[in-house]
Amino acid sequence: MTAGFDAASALLLLPALAAAVLLALPGYRAGAVVNTLAAFLSFLAAASLLVAKPEDGAFLRVDDLNIVFLVLNSFVGCTTALFSAGYIAHELEAGRLTIGQMRFYHAMYQALLFAMNLALLASSIGVMWVAIEMATLTTVLMVGLYRTPAAIEAAWKYFILGSVGIALALFGSILVYMAARPVVGEGPDGMAWAVLMAHAAAFDPALLNLAFVFLLLGYGTKVGLVPLHAWLPDAHAEGPTPISAVLSGLLLNVALYAVLRFKLLLAAAPGALAPGPLLMGLGLLSLLFAGGMLYRRRDIKRLFAFSSIEHMGLIAFAFGIGGPIANFAGLLHMAMHSLTKSAIFFGVGHVVQVKGTQALSEIRGLTASHPVLGWGLVLGVAAIAGLPPSGVFMSEFLVVTSTVAHAPALAALLVAGLLLAFGALMLRLHGLAFGAPTGRMAPVKGTQAPMLLHLALVVGAGLYLPPPLVAWFQHIARLLG
Amino acid sequence: MGSLVFDVAHLLAGGLVLLSLVMLYQDRLPALIRMFALQAVVLTLSVSWQAYAQGAPHLYVTAAIALAFKAIIIPIALQRIVVRLGLHREVETALSIGPTMVAGIALVALSMVVMLRVTAEADPLAREDLAFALSVVLLGLLMMVTRRNAVSQVVGFMSLENGLILAAAGAKGMPLVVEISVAFSVLVAFIVIGIFLFRIRERFDTVDSAALDRFREGQR
Repeated sequence: MTAGFDAASALLLLPALAAAVLLALPGYRAGAVVNTLAAFLSFLAAASLLVAKPEDGAFLRVDDLNIVFLVLNSFVGCTTALFSAGYIAHELEAGRLTIGQMRFYHAMYQALLFAMNLALLASSIGVMWVAIEMATLTTVLMVGLYRTPAAIEAAWKYFILGSVGIALALFGSILVYMAARPVVGEGPDGMAWAVLMAHAAAFDPALLNLAFVFLLLGYGTKVGLVPLHAWLPDAHAEGPTPISAVLSGLLLNVALYAVLRFKLLLAAAPGALAPGPLLMGLGLLSLLFAGGMLYRRRDIKRLFAFSSIEHMGLIAFAFGIGGPIANFAGLLHMAMHSLTKSAIFFGVGHVVQVKGTQALSEIRGLTASHPVLGWGLVLGVAAIAGLPPSGVFMSEFLVVTSTVAHAPALAALLVAGLLLAFGALMLRLHGLAFGAPTGRMAPVKGTQAPMLLHLALVVGAGLYLPPPLVAWFQHIARLLG
Repeated sequence: MGSLVFDVAHLLAGGLVLLSLVMLYQDRLPALIRMFALQAVVLTLSVSWQAYAQGAPHLYVTAAIALAFKAIIIPIALQRIVVRLGLHREVETALSIGPTMVAGIALVALSMVVMLRVTAEADPLAREDLAFALSVVLLGLLMMVTRRNAVSQVVGFMSLENGLILAAAGAKGMPLVVEISVAFSVLVAFIVIGIFLFRIRERFDTVDSAALDRFREGQR
């Protein structure tokens, strides 16, 4: 193998190296700088994929589908690292974290970026599986970082449910290999995406169907689709806030990527079942269930965790409908949700540090006491609820219109779910942002630039989508069938 | 020769399913852990047999990992945890044995029906292996659902994983089997270390996950 050093391998080497360095680096400041720098360099490497696509290597593969995920992931990874620098500094001052835990946290952050990049880049379904398992492990360790009983409980629950999901996904992967073996022969070829896609038409459809059920349940657990979502709210609420942002903004997407890949495989096999209705069903269920659950939340991070379930449901629904417009809407919504939700979690991180509590009832009147943070949060929540002029509004509008064209009855349910969630978020937002401020009034520490940058992008996308971006997404939407 | 290969593979895989069923009705943790260790030994034999029958030496590595890790190290560690946490005298009564066994048998029947029908064209060795493997996976899941105790949930997860390794070893020529079994071992190691380090018993008074639920109710 003479493959040189290209952007794809850089995306793996950078975080891996950074993780090793960060584990050894004693100081907080240096750790935060290295973490941010490594994430930024990874983003540059991912962005360079847009310009020059490297050749497929023996283990890594870059195609049009995973470039979107890579660029989005490394961008949010980079801004989250910037946010996390200020966040962690505050936690150290407040004595909630020790230096040792901080070092561990930074190393795990890079290990997580490594695992997610590997999952996206892997050319084999086996390697992808191992990478997603690794991503689960690193996030479990970070969710339990604070060592409080609640954090350990959340980590434990996430661990057990995540492991079961991963185990089911592996069984599905083995079945895919079994389906492929009679056609493509034994050995690594039976697990390589390119080979699988090329020969999918000849695979045994019954075996593929069974495999997809296991894969959907397995990776669907990681996407957070109802009824497999139980780990998600706790994991979001009890871990450090940068991890909530990364979980919602990135890890859910990576799991969704795995589901999409297998959906494509099934679509290429004519005799197999249509995966669309399954995705639509689970997606709609998640949307309606999470929409209803939003009303009962009393914890600010749990509130937005349920909102993530709702949006992942919507995205799964959009991809389930299929066709160029719905896929386009799904992709756009995925990007917009990642940006908006991580911006919200950045804001929530500041709020929780300022107020010293996560209870919704004790956070009031933010726009009066902390104008930038308060209005930022208002903008973010308005965007995630689907108010114009945000990119989320546009993508939700597209999903609804393509549903109307496809199945008008479902469109009614979809709109009902969206309105349900909208109502809940507006209700909570009103309490959070307006009225007389209560509680602690500490000034905001750390930079708010990542939040503002994300919000600017989301609003910007709602007002004007650059034609190259549209053409690019349309191209991918066509690939997704 | 062909028939001997088939019969022995069949016997060992069937043994795994049988041990999964035996584990279902163990109501004391030390006995449950011993049964798990025995299942790991049978898994080792089964994977070694596959390695021999397929002429795939890398599977011996998987077998060795299963033997060292799951038949020896993990059971010993779990026994020590159980004794340390004072769980060895307790009797679990989450769901009575009768309904659990009926559900278990129904799951085995289900996986036979599903797998044998779906894999009609695959070679007989692989398809029977897969059917057995699915049974072990489903029985492991059933155990995780019916038990309320964190240690027995972990044992359930590991027996589920035994089923996956059986499936992976039975899929002839499947790449990455060794890597996958290593990845799983790491996962399991973390779970066990997790119970030990987080000392769930100390913090919650019990490793009973119902206690975790009660705790969470207070949080909301």
